[in-house]
Amino acid sequence: MPFIPHTETDIRAMLAAIGASDTEALFDEIPAEFRTRGLDGVPAALSEMEVGRLMSDLAARDTRRLNFIGAGAYEHHIPSAVWAIVSRGEFYSAYTPYQAEASQGTLQLLYEYQTMMASLTGMDISNASLYDGASGLAEACLMAVRANRKSKSQRILLPVALNPTYRSVLQAIAGNQRLAFDLVPYDPQGGQTVVAALEKYNGQDITAVVIQQPNFFGTLEDVDAVTDWAHANGALAIGAVNPTSLAVLKPPGQWGVRGADIACGDGQPLGVPLSSGGPYFGFMATKSEHVRQMPGRIIGRTLDLDGKPGFTLTLQAREQHIRRSKATSNICTNQGLLVTAATIYMSIVGPKGLAQVAATSMQRTQQLVDALARVPGVRLAFDRPRFHEAVLLLDRPVGPVLEALASRGIVGGYDISAHYPSLGHGLLVCATETRTRADIETYACALGDVMKSAAAA
Amino acid sequence: MLEKLIFEHSAPGRSADAQFPQAPVESPVPTELRRAAPPLLPEVSELQAVRHFTRLSQLNFSIDTHFYPLGSCTMKYNPKACNQYAMLPELLGRHPLAPESTGQGLLQCMYELQEMLMEVTGMRGVSLTPMAGAQGEFAGVAMIRAYHKSRNDLARNEIIVPDAAHGTNPATATMCGCTVREIPSLPNGDIDLGALQSVVGPQTAGIMLTNPSTLGVFERRIREVAQIVHGAGGLLYYDGANLNAILGKVRPGDMSFDVIHMNLHKTFSTPHGGGGPGSGAVGVSETLLPFMPVPLVGRQGNTYRWLDEKDLPLTIGRLSSFMGNIGVLLRAYVYMRMLGRAGMQRVSEFATLNANYLMIKLREAGFELAYPERRAGHEFIVTLRHEAREYGTNAMDFAKRLLDYGFHAPTTYFPLLVPECLLIEPTETEAKEDLDAFVAAMIAIRQEAQSEPEKLKGAPWTLPVRRLDDVRAAKHLDLKWKAA
Repeated sequence: MPFIPHTETDIRAMLAAIGASDTEALFDEIPAEFRTRGLDGVPAALSEMEVGRLMSDLAARDTRRLNFIGAGAYEHHIPSAVWAIVSRGEFYSAYTPYQAEASQGTLQLLYEYQTMMASLTGMDISNASLYDGASGLAEACLMAVRANRKSKSQRILLPVALNPTYRSVLQAIAGNQRLAFDLVPYDPQGGQTVVAALEKYNGQDITAVVIQQPNFFGTLEDVDAVTDWAHANGALAIGAVNPTSLAVLKPPGQWGVRGADIACGDGQPLGVPLSSGGPYFGFMATKSEHVRQMPGRIIGRTLDLDGKPGFTLTLQAREQHIRRSKATSNICTNQGLLVTAATIYMSIVGPKGLAQVAATSMQRTQQLVDALARVPGVRLAFDRPRFHEAVLLLDRPVGPVLEALASRGIVGGYDISAHYPSLGHGLLVCATETRTRADIETYACALGDVMKSAAAA
Repeated sequence: MLEKLIFEHSAPGRSADAQFPQAPVESPVPTELRRAAPPLLPEVSELQAVRHFTRLSQLNFSIDTHFYPLGSCTMKYNPKACNQYAMLPELLGRHPLAPESTGQGLLQCMYELQEMLMEVTGMRGVSLTPMAGAQGEFAGVAMIRAYHKSRNDLARNEIIVPDAAHGTNPATATMCGCTVREIPSLPNGDIDLGALQSVVGPQTAGIMLTNPSTLGVFERRIREVAQIVHGAGGLLYYDGANLNAILGKVRPGDMSFDVIHMNLHKTFSTPHGGGGPGSGAVGVSETLLPFMPVPLVGRQGNTYRWLDEKDLPLTIGRLSSFMGNIGVLLRAYVYMRMLGRAGMQRVSEFATLNANYLMIKLREAGFELAYPERRAGHEFIVTLRHEAREYGTNAMDFAKRLLDYGFHAPTTYFPLLVPECLLIEPTETEAKEDLDAFVAAMIAIRQEAQSEPEKLKGAPWTLPVRRLDDVRAAKHLDLKWKAA
């Protein structure tokens, strides 16, 4: 019996103590009409050896390919020490630190994380995580509605150049609470959000403005101008940011004259593997004045009975287990293990290392763009400065090109033509510090072959 | 606090040089966007980082080190095989947006997981995307609203919730733009059907129920509850947090529930991770199939693909950047394959055996049960109101003293209905002698409560810190380290 330790002797003794004839009797309160006869649709058990074989066979069907996709999830080198420590049972199999005295490891780690994340984002206070970047942005918008008391409209301005999935998730999660979203266009030449397009909202009641930096195209936005416009117009500024980029880019807390009000994003680039889509984690940080509106767990340092420092969950009156229907969010379980990984990652790479990861990724993407744009039928879409992603425009549909590249062992990028049809055949590419010059050459050669072997559309 | 903060180990200029690309690079960032001062991240050697975080881990209680009978959380053993096989390089290193042709192995796992979860819950469809129980609840209530809206039944805005419900239930209802109507439970733990009858009406969107309930007992008149709510035009939501009690014995779909969420990090043993990641997969009846959150996995012959908004035009939408917590889902898949058909049934059998045994032994030792006439499901409630009155030692004091005895305390002060309560869930992976040791500790602690109550009131004594001042933590906010 996998993982069940009971012997026949144990079972007999326990039933005797309970006064039941068999384990079936323990279910006698359940009306017979509901009892299931058997789970025929579930396969028979496999031993660990057999399931290991099964998983290896399944995984072998998904052979590794050279990855050039970003689009919200980024392949970075993860120091070996990170997951060696994260996989320790004391971190892996612990739960939410409700008994603080028995959870000082997790709690101190989260306090250190909050310190790092607050500094990285340039804000006063960070929480201990949300689910991911997209749902985190939804929570940030809901928070802005609560925090911006002077605004009644619940209207949020979003860039068209915001990650399209983030927009979908925003609608799915925040749409229920009657938030309305207006879209601000991007400049077709530069790829950045058009600041002048904000002017049509001058004097209107806008609750918040979202800025993604870099935006979905990888282009760097005029964060100061947008932040100042928001504040001049009584709106809060929400920055959805890439955490690696914050090692070299001005963080949200320093945008404009007063700094953005809420910073959020996906922490996956910090020591979390791609793992086919998750689990990742959402980070959120804000100014002190808004802390009581911030969702998610927050850890605080306090004193124990002997006057010695220790860590505990705090400001719990915001949360569902205290406030129930009046909570800031329904979030309970969050993404603790991934935050653990990120904290260890940030400790090992340090400020210098993270800056070099960021700068090297930018350089590699530039090299990638240069190499690919030399292939006939391929050109760069936008001419403004970027972080570590770029949009290329092909002279033919992107899908078949990507399939052909995949069969050559290359995952060439993300097809954005369905999301941005006005761009044409758009391909979003990314190269991080994990892509070598040789990798880039391999891609450029393969793309050259693929583009030659089929005619243009 | 035994350990310095990582920042207190830092020295300017120290770094773990092996870890990042060496070539110094001129900053390619435009001046006006350049970060002025570097972020406050530790400057330590790799060994210092490893030593610091390893020592921090040693300050934690965990399932791997301690009996952890946290009621409603299902702290069962997390099999190492699940971790190992979920982290195979091909699965771990794959980008979520890579072509589907490059992910057929992964997609097959996800498809089969959907199928197995449908089978054990008796539901007609499953979506794996919600990233935790609370997000699963959100999806469930959002689907109920979407259903009523699709039938132009726009007045249905009220969600009924028992007063014993987990806090995420009413919080979720609010997040979905609904109002919450609480109904009382009877002294024997069942829902008050009369109260239910009096609150249903044309404004009823649905009811959120847990079965067995948060009181640890089976809602025996679930058939009547279903009739009353369905009869009034509402739908039934099942909070699957307590699925461990009935896995393989009863299926929520057979109890007339329209939508359920499962906590894969409870019932299906994915790691709790110090506060997540979880997974709150949702299952639906025929009625709600069109509204499921996307993406789902579909199959055509031997090929698998993601089903999205084009396939489910009435979907409530996407809840995550990609497809949910895939790594967690893989662990649940491996777990379910190792348990198999018979293993699933044994889960609830032995979880219930352990809970009932522990309950009887504590009752024999003189502890008061909240529902002494009822069978335990997979968990049960002890009330320490007598001890609080007689000795001045409350549930919190007992919990803190249990830590000294080497046990993580049960859940305290939930459900709110029962005063000075401990919600105790042993799970099926604990051996009889560990349950006996817990009973012995409880007896010893009560003896201390009687003769030396300060031992409880001052507990814990043997942990890295003494009892922490929560009031101070909220009054004097210290939420990050600052350099001197």
